[in-house]
Amino acid sequence: MSNDPVLMQDGSLALKPGYADHAADALRDLRQRGDAVDFEVEHHHDVASTIQLGFWIYLMSDCLLFSGLFATYALLNSHTAGGPAGSQLFDLPNVLIETMFLLFSSFTCGLATLAMNADRRNATVGWLAVTFLLGLGFITIEVREFAHMVAIGAGPDRSAFLSSFFTLVATHGLHVTCGLIFMAVMMVAVLKKGLTPTNRARLVNLSLFWHFLDIIWVGVFSLVYLFGVAH
Amino acid sequence: MNVANEAVAGHAPHGSHGAHGAHGPTHKQYAIGFALAIILTVIPFALVMSHTLAATPLVIAGFALAQIVVHVVYFLHVDTSEEKRWNLMALLYTAVMVFIVLGGSLWIMHHLYVNMVPHAMHGGVWK
Repeated sequence: MSNDPVLMQDGSLALKPGYADHAADALRDLRQRGDAVDFEVEHHHDVASTIQLGFWIYLMSDCLLFSGLFATYALLNSHTAGGPAGSQLFDLPNVLIETMFLLFSSFTCGLATLAMNADRRNATVGWLAVTFLLGLGFITIEVREFAHMVAIGAGPDRSAFLSSFFTLVATHGLHVTCGLIFMAVMMVAVLKKGLTPTNRARLVNLSLFWHFLDIIWVGVFSLVYLFGVAH
Repeated sequence: MNVANEAVAGHAPHGSHGAHGAHGPTHKQYAIGFALAIILTVIPFALVMSHTLAATPLVIAGFALAQIVVHVVYFLHVDTSEEKRWNLMALLYTAVMVFIVLGGSLWIMHHLYVNMVPHAMHGGVWK
């Protein structure tokens, strides 16, 4: 019979017994698929930005930790207990080279981020490797400076000034060392698994961390080294 | 499905011309930030190393503050956009806390030295 309900090829006018069920099923199916895609994308986006904000809050609290150490140093830097003062110990050309190492590494870290955004995996790892080497250079110079100071009897146990100096500068150095470990892990992760969403989120955090350490270093070279020698 | 597709395109975190690309950092930003940071580093070092009278703590602190702002803007990409609002809020809050911790410590300890320790100002905190 011509007026029997029929499900047309294009999906319109499905007039047969139970057509309403079919249509509802099809609709629900579509909606679920759409929702799933929507949800997945939204979910990814939310999680990534939430993680990033969380990491940002960590960096800010780390900043407060450093402000305590900076305040301690500012209060104790004149308490040399008859020992050497900063102006006698600090070698500014050396500190300038150290600073340049960290500044260049901050720039190359930015280039790694740009390479990541451009989906260039090998370039990302390459710039991370350059950043790693520059960071390693910074740490090497710092450790040599510390070793020299301890060798000439200006270790952290010499005076309140040197205790606060070593605490502040070494805490920064320890952070840089952690950053280097983080970087090494991320290079391996990107080489093994590529620029997955997880790796991207971690790389963004790594670059935030690295740039943050450079900002702390600006405070260190200004308040500790430049103030110390300028006095 | 159109709606869903649009959502996918609009939220693609790493699409070549997605929302992310429009706000993402650029080579230019890093280059400007790097150049400014170099300048703001070299000048105070030069001032101190050449023993000019201009190398006062205030001048050095000014250069440091300027460089920190450069780093935050060009390297950490903090701006006033909607998606960075909370980052900015947390940063401003931290700046206030750092100011209170640093300024407060120096202020209180300065008064402590002045009132408690005879002749402390010869080696006091403000020296």
